[in-house]
Amino acid sequence: MIIPKNIIAGIFAQAQAAAPIEACGYLAGAGGRVARYYPLTNVDGREDHFSFDPEEQFAAHKAARQEGIGIIGVYHSHPATPARPSAEDIRLAYDPSVVYVIFSLMDGVRTVKGFHIRQGKVEEEPLKVEEV
Amino acid sequence: MTIKLEINGKIDHVSGEITVRELLREKDVEDPDMVSVKLNGTILDRAAFDTVQVRENDEVEFLYFMGGGSQK
Repeated sequence: MIIPKNIIAGIFAQAQAAAPIEACGYLAGAGGRVARYYPLTNVDGREDHFSFDPEEQFAAHKAARQEGIGIIGVYHSHPATPARPSAEDIRLAYDPSVVYVIFSLMDGVRTVKGFHIRQGKVEEEPLKVEEV
Repeated sequence: MTIKLEINGKIDHVSGEITVRELLREKDVEDPDMVSVKLNGTILDRAAFDTVQVRENDEVEFLYFMGGGSQK
């Protein structure tokens, strides 16, 4: 997956502003390249868990369609843990079509990694940061 | 007889006036109970998946529940 540098920076800013609550949202694009992101509300409002708001999910999907792109990734932050899927992330990864991207702020170090999660199996998806 | 629907923004066809759960099955959704469905602009309660039927020219959107977290 290719992600423009400004989108990475924008999501880290969202994660930093939301911390210690987890931040979350969608990545939209085409051909494996992210074109924009949609910050969504973490309706759980918790430091160790997130859930999307279904109304916001539908709105983001529709907005992406109207721009001629699609939802290709789901992101959330780990304010105090590493950029790898937790057991809960794996258990709740129902959509096999998206890349799950985790933005970690652990110990003040910004780390981002992507993963495919299918039927409980995790495979890292290399992320290429694109200069813009 | 098939009917025409708009599914996730695209014109599509299903096998008839089937229930929402049957539609999800036709569209190969693996975990229907972890999906949110919007029918003609209204999000359905999952309990309605077995009773509400789709009709010609309905607009249907569905997407997966998204959640997770850093908890152990």
